[in-house]
Amino acid sequence: MIGLTHYLVVSALIFSIGLVGVLRRRNLLMLFFATEVMLNAVNIAFAAISHYYNDLTGQMFAFFVIAIAASEVAVGLGILIVLYKRYGSLDLDDLANMRG
Amino acid sequence: MYEIVAFYLFSVLTIGLFLVTVMSKNVLYAMTALASGMVLISGFFFILGADFLGVVQLIVYVGAVMALYSFAMMFFDATRDIKEKNTNAGLVFLLGGLSALVLVLMFAAPIHSDAIQALYPMHEGAGNAQDVGIVLFTKYLVPFEVAAVMLLVAMIAGIILAGKKMDQSLTEDTSADDEIMTLKDAK
Repeated sequence: MIGLTHYLVVSALIFSIGLVGVLRRRNLLMLFFATEVMLNAVNIAFAAISHYYNDLTGQMFAFFVIAIAASEVAVGLGILIVLYKRYGSLDLDDLANMRG
Repeated sequence: MYEIVAFYLFSVLTIGLFLVTVMSKNVLYAMTALASGMVLISGFFFILGADFLGVVQLIVYVGAVMALYSFAMMFFDATRDIKEKNTNAGLVFLLGGLSALVLVLMFAAPIHSDAIQALYPMHEGAGNAQDVGIVLFTKYLVPFEVAAVMLLVAMIAGIILAGKKMDQSLTEDTSADDEIMTLKDAK
């Protein structure tokens, strides 16, 4: 039988995949993809806890996470387009121009 | 039985697709893998009885967010492979693996607590969408409205950021235009 632990472990694995992506990616668009992976992993954990404790709070939090992810993507992609217009690249190493 | 099969199928596929997302050098492959992984995650929600959340995941994530990404990719060169300078790839995988191990150990530990009680318990007989609606519009009304205002702010910010100077060429590669002009002049 599938228990809460199964879902939490899958969620932790997906979150770690997103974490590896955030750590190793140098391209901003790919960094956004990795962030989406992490947000989705957290949503799985919320839904699983909501199901196994018979509580709706987890689902509510998942809704707000989705809303925040949507607005993050809207603003982030706007900034990405502006950056691409100005620098012609989305690589973090090219964008780092504040060397101390 | 079906739940077990579905759970393992969805988990393996989701983890594989998200690995493709994180490891792929091509933006198009990464985005396609991300979109299909999100569809499978909505499958998790349907198994867990969170029907409304699954539908919202499909509409908002797979529908809106991925469409936004694919429209944004028209601004960037998506066919070219991304060249990334990966310093310390071993360290990254070591840190990622360690954090995965710690998280799995934390979540695999049994939960010994009787103090955990449902704050807003689900009602017997009422569907998931009904339950969600009741709790969302009574207990979470203020966060709901704040989220609506936040989405409006994000929409205006997106329009202003992306919409400026839309009439100018993004690629800055005007050589093709010049070539056409010289050809016309030659004629």
